[in-house]
Amino acid sequence: MTDLTPMRMREKVVLRVVSKLLIPFILLFALYVQFHGDFGPGGGFQAGVIFAAGFILYGLIFGLDEVEAVVPHRFVEIGSALGVLIYGGVGVVTMLLGAEYLDYSVLAHDPAHGRHYGILAIEAGVGLTVFATMMLIFYAFADRGRGVPKEDDA
Amino acid sequence: MPPIPVELPIFILHLLTALLIARLRDLFSAAMLTGIFSLLSCCLFTLMDAVDVAFTEAAVGAGISTVLFLGTLSLTAREEKQQKVRSLPFVVVLVTGAALIYGTFDMPPFGAADAAVHGHPMVQTFIHGAHDDFHIPNIVTVILASYRGYDTLGETAVIFTAGVGVLLLLVEGKRASKPPPGEPDHGSESQPEPARDEAA
Repeated sequence: MTDLTPMRMREKVVLRVVSKLLIPFILLFALYVQFHGDFGPGGGFQAGVIFAAGFILYGLIFGLDEVEAVVPHRFVEIGSALGVLIYGGVGVVTMLLGAEYLDYSVLAHDPAHGRHYGILAIEAGVGLTVFATMMLIFYAFADRGRGVPKEDDA
Repeated sequence: MPPIPVELPIFILHLLTALLIARLRDLFSAAMLTGIFSLLSCCLFTLMDAVDVAFTEAAVGAGISTVLFLGTLSLTAREEKQQKVRSLPFVVVLVTGAALIYGTFDMPPFGAADAAVHGHPMVQTFIHGAHDDFHIPNIVTVILASYRGYDTLGETAVIFTAGVGVLLLLVEGKRASKPPPGEPDHGSESQPEPARDEAA
């Protein structure tokens, strides 16, 4: 049975060095895609996936425990729900300010600015949910691979 | 001789990749080839100026789903079991594919200026609205996040639901199969067995 994060992968110098070089750029690119989505291609969904891909790469090379130390299970479970809450919350805020649900124009004095803020806020929610859910699915799969040999020992 | 469109070699590579995935018994190679298939689709979308779609295809199709395929492979066997070739599914696939291709004959040619969608008044609303009301150059983002914000909220909820579903199926099942010491347990016997069998 092959483990998803075998020890020997960590010992490969090329993999380790190249992934460590790449990961900061992957995360930075994800942030760029997140916040530049209204000017260039991209947005919360793509950014969340790319951000998760950076962490999953780290997990594949250095092991599940290492990446769980950076992105804990708890954070991933809460973040997945929090993103949807942010999205829905923006809609509730616009209603409290007297507009329709998800009509962002009331979020600032200038309606165009308000719409801009609204889009940024909901994109942040989408990005958080997508990132957390991708990590959640990855953890669920990888944990299973780790869990089976453990139950063998028991 | 008319110039060969650059899409043609990409379509041929698509076809070859798809045939190869269907033929291969080695699931590791098949998973990698699905990633290549997504990358080729991504090239095609870029050529058609659908950059946002291409972006998603590259990130999800070529990136995350390939990793998830590999994760699944590490839990099961690497080789597909030999199955006898059945003709009915093949016929169903052929008929469905033929129907889909037949359906494209009714569509306007790619890039046609007089396509029905361009004449719709809502298109003008979106294009001018994105410029005048939002001051945002990427119309795709404006439509996704604002004009059809309810849809995107629903999509986000779908992703969240997918995560919850995976949690319920994979993680909770495993937790339930770890009983406190001393208690007899019935779940742990059935859970790990299939994985071990297939790996052997």
